[in-house]
Amino acid sequence: MLENIGNLFHGFAVVAQPFNLLLMVVGIVLGVIVGVLPGLGGANGVAILLPLTFSMSPTSAIIMLSCIYWGALFGGAITSILFNIPGEPWSVATTFDGYPMAQQGRAGEALTAAFTSSFVGALFAVIMITLVAPLVASFALRFGPAEIFSVYFLAFCSFVGLSKEPPFKTVASMMLGFGLGAVGLDQVTGQLRLTFGAEQLLNGFDFLIAVIGLFGIGEILLTMEEGLSFRGTVTKLNPTVVFKTWAELPRYWMVSLRSCLIGVWMGISPAGATPASFMSYGIAKRISKNGHKFGTGQIEGVIAPETAAHAAGTAALLPMISLGVPGSPTAAVLLGGLLIWGLQPGPLLFTEQKDFVWGLIASMYMGNLMGLLIVLTCVPLFAAILRIPFSVIAPVILVLCAIGAYTVHNNTFDVVMMLVFGVAGYFLKKCDYPLAPLVLAIVLGDKAEEAFRQSLLASQGGLGVFWSNGLVSTIMTLGLIALFWPIIQAGWTRLRSGKLRPAQ
Amino acid sequence: MNQTIKESGGTGPSHRNVEIGVAAFMALLAFIGIYGSIKVGIGWGAEGPLAGFFPFYVSLAVLISCAVNLTKIIKSPADGELFADWGQLRQVTSVVIPTAIYVALIPYIGIYVSSALLIALFMKWLGKYSWVVVIGISVLVPVLTFLMFEMWFLVPLPKGPLEVMLGY
Repeated sequence: MLENIGNLFHGFAVVAQPFNLLLMVVGIVLGVIVGVLPGLGGANGVAILLPLTFSMSPTSAIIMLSCIYWGALFGGAITSILFNIPGEPWSVATTFDGYPMAQQGRAGEALTAAFTSSFVGALFAVIMITLVAPLVASFALRFGPAEIFSVYFLAFCSFVGLSKEPPFKTVASMMLGFGLGAVGLDQVTGQLRLTFGAEQLLNGFDFLIAVIGLFGIGEILLTMEEGLSFRGTVTKLNPTVVFKTWAELPRYWMVSLRSCLIGVWMGISPAGATPASFMSYGIAKRISKNGHKFGTGQIEGVIAPETAAHAAGTAALLPMISLGVPGSPTAAVLLGGLLIWGLQPGPLLFTEQKDFVWGLIASMYMGNLMGLLIVLTCVPLFAAILRIPFSVIAPVILVLCAIGAYTVHNNTFDVVMMLVFGVAGYFLKKCDYPLAPLVLAIVLGDKAEEAFRQSLLASQGGLGVFWSNGLVSTIMTLGLIALFWPIIQAGWTRLRSGKLRPAQ
Repeated sequence: MNQTIKESGGTGPSHRNVEIGVAAFMALLAFIGIYGSIKVGIGWGAEGPLAGFFPFYVSLAVLISCAVNLTKIIKSPADGELFADWGQLRQVTSVVIPTAIYVALIPYIGIYVSSALLIALFMKWLGKYSWVVVIGISVLVPVLTFLMFEMWFLVPLPKGPLEVMLGY
C-alpha cells in the first residue's frame, strides 16, 4: 500500500515535467474539440491522433492520449447543454435537463454542474483505480490460459447481458468482430486463413481502421442524414455563477455518490459510459423528491448522468491496465497504442513498466483537474467551434480520418477499408447493432483465441478445463449468467407476476 | 440508440427491408468465413486445434444469430417505418461518393492535393461559399496538416507529383 503511494508520487513527478504538462494541455484542448465536433468522438479521436505519438516516449504518449479522452468526456457536455446535440452518446442523458436549463437562461449553472460532477465522478474512479488496480494486477499474474480466456469470456458476455440492443444483434456484431480479427496470419500455426489469396488481407483487419471508419465516417453519414443545423444559446461563464453553483452542489452529495458507484461498476464491466449515464439518470429520477420535475431543467438531472458517465469512462481503464482487457472502445484504442509503443498490456505492466503505469494514473488526477479548469474558462471558445458550418467541418473531419487511417500502417488500402467500415457502420448503427463489441472483438480476437486454444491443448480438447478450479469456474459461471441475463430477467419477472396474480 | 420519430411525408426504403438486407449480408460474410475456415481445416491437428477451428465456430455463431434476427424481422408485421427518406439518403450519398473518389485519388495525386479538392468541393457544392473563401480554406487545411505531420511530428503522408515538383 505504502509502496503504491510512493509510486504514485513518483508518477506525479513524471507528469510534472514541463513537456508532459504541455502535452496534457494540448491533449485536453484537442479532446474537448473532438468531443464537441459531431463525427469525432473519444475512440476515433484518439485513434486519429495516435500516429502523432509514434515518436514520443510511451509515457508522454499515453499522457497525451488519455488527456484527449478526458477532454472528449468533458466536451460532450458542452454541446448537450448549449445546443441540445449530444456530442457523444454518453451525454445524451445530459440533454434531458441540461438543455431546458440553458433555455431558461441557466446555462452557466448547468455547465458548471456538469463539469464539476464530471470531475467528481472521474476523481472517484481514479482513486478506486489507484487502490484496486495494483491488487488486481498482482492477482492476475497467477492466471493461466484458461483464466485469461475466462476473463475475456466474462467481458464479452457482459455485453450481451447489459446492452440495450437485442441480444442476438449484440452476438452477431461481436462474432463478426472475432471473424474479422481472425483474418490473416494465424498466430499459433503461422498459417494464412480467410485471405482468399488477397495480399492486402495478409495482416488482417486492423481495429484502428475499424474504429475510424465505424465511429468517424459512420457518424458523419448519420449527421448528414439528419441535416444538422446548430441553433444554440450564447453563453459566458462568469465566476459568480461558478461559485454560486459550487456552493449549491454539496447538497446533492447523495446523487453524486450513487452515480459514482453506478459509473464505476458499469465502467469496469464493459457496459461503458453510455448505459451508466442513462441508468444513473433513471435512478435519480425515481429516487429524488423532485423526480416528477425531471426533464424541465433540474440540476440533479445534470449531475447524475455526468458523474456516472465520467466515472464509467475513467473506470474503463482499470481492466485495461491491470488485465489487458479494455472496458470501452476508447480504452481499446489506448491498448492498441500500448502495443504500437512496444509495451505488453496486462498485469506485468505494474512490475515492469512502473513509470508508465504510475505516470498514467498520476496523469488521470492531473488531467481531470486541468480539464476542469480549461473547460470552465474556455467554454465560449469551444462553443464557437460549433458555429463553423457543417459543410466546412465535414470534409475536414473526413480528411483527418483518412490521414489517421493511412498512418496506422502507411497503407492506402487501409483508407479504402476505412470508407467500407464507415458505410457498414452507418447501416449497422441504424439497425441497432452495437458497434463497441465489434471493435473490442477485433482487438481481443487474437488473444482470446490464443488463450482458448492453449487451454484446449492442455486439456486435450476437453471443455472441462474451464471449470477445473474455483477461480476459473467462478469467472466462467459469472460469464454464463451475464450471457443469459436477458432470459433470466424475463423468467424472473414472469415468475413474480405469476405469483402476484392469484393474490390480487 | 434514440429512436426519433420521423415527421416525414416522404418516401424511402422501409426499415424492415434494410434490416433484412443487413442480416442477409452478415449471413453471407458468415458463409464466406465458414468456407474459408473449412479450407484451412477446422479439426484437431498435431499442434492442437487447426487454424480454421476458431473462425469456424465464430462464423457459425454469426450465421445462427443472423438466422434468429432474420426470423424475428420477417415475423414482425410491416409497420411502414422508413429507414430514411430519399432526400436524406441523397444527403448521405453526397458524402459517400466524393469520399470514395477522394480515397481512390490518394495513391495517385497524394493526400494533400486530394484533400484540398475534397474540401473545396464540399464548401462550393454544399456550402455555396465564394471562391475566395473556398480556395483559402481548402489550401490552408492541407498546408497546416503538412506542417503538423511532416514537419513537427515527422509522420510521412502519401505524396503525389505536386509535392515531388516542390522537392519533397
